[in-house]
Amino acid sequence: MSAVPNDKPFVLAGRTYQSRLLVGTGKYKDLEETRAAIEASGAEIVTVAVRRTNLGQNPGEPNLLDVIPPSRYTILPNTAGCFDAVEAVRTCRLARELLDGHKLVKLEVLADQKTLFPNVIETLKAAETLVADGFDVMVYTSDDPIIARQLAEIGCIAVMPLAGLIGTGLGICNPYNLRIILEESPVPVLVDAGVGTASDATIAMELGCEAVLMNSAIAHAQKPVLMAEAMKYAIEAGRLAYLAGRMPKKLYASASSPLDGLIR
Amino acid sequence: MHIQLNGESFELPDGQTVADLLVRLDLVGRRVAVELNLDIVPRSQHASTSLAEGDQVEVVHAIGGG
Repeated sequence: MSAVPNDKPFVLAGRTYQSRLLVGTGKYKDLEETRAAIEASGAEIVTVAVRRTNLGQNPGEPNLLDVIPPSRYTILPNTAGCFDAVEAVRTCRLARELLDGHKLVKLEVLADQKTLFPNVIETLKAAETLVADGFDVMVYTSDDPIIARQLAEIGCIAVMPLAGLIGTGLGICNPYNLRIILEESPVPVLVDAGVGTASDATIAMELGCEAVLMNSAIAHAQKPVLMAEAMKYAIEAGRLAYLAGRMPKKLYASASSPLDGLIR
Repeated sequence: MHIQLNGESFELPDGQTVADLLVRLDLVGRRVAVELNLDIVPRSQHASTSLAEGDQVEVVHAIGGG
């Protein structure tokens, strides 16, 4: 059952999800903390990175996919660390092989190490190739509404603008751009990156995002498992508030208690 | 023969397959993906894909990421 009654379902690539929180698996102390935080978050879609296997080192070491089993979670492999379209496409093809033909990927092509800002030109090129190759592409992008539109036109199944730079926790830096993207997007819009605490996630959902993807806000909290739980409620609260429709903002006061029947 | 394995030089006997390489690396039964000279080698073809001198092989797995 959905956490939010009478809500329309959250559907990605033909699959319905109850949770509108997607979480990463990076930056945790160890695999046990990763497992516990993801469990507490209630997330059903979990991102992973694809990297060279450490050869000859700790062959018995537990694997991330042992604690986040693909039988239970939808694994969303990312292209983090890729700085051009060719690398990103190569990484997605490796991920598809790694996950037995799984087509869902998170495309991110970065521009520089300091900002980790997306290189939207390479992102567009990679998206075209991946869509033509049959991938279901969820794409990390800037909060530029025109690029977001172009990525949807190419055939990406979701556009995921940043709310702030990756790992900064600065929150929703430009809600107005997000609103423009949300108003016109034909595909689900998810905030990916920038969320720092629960209220940021709530704001993203109040704006009308379909879901939010986060990693650092949970993994770098003082108590990651507790923050994971906070994020679960923040996403639900934001979604409910969006569905409820907020009151208009006014400059002057409006009494909540009736003025009739006052004792004078 | 010498191959480039995950960016480093690696020595193995002639005539070895991708499956043989994974045995040698103690990766049998592990969830990995293999790329040979920029092309994916599907799991079903590990045993039938022979390696040759100078091949560039990548073996990858999933790790934590956001």
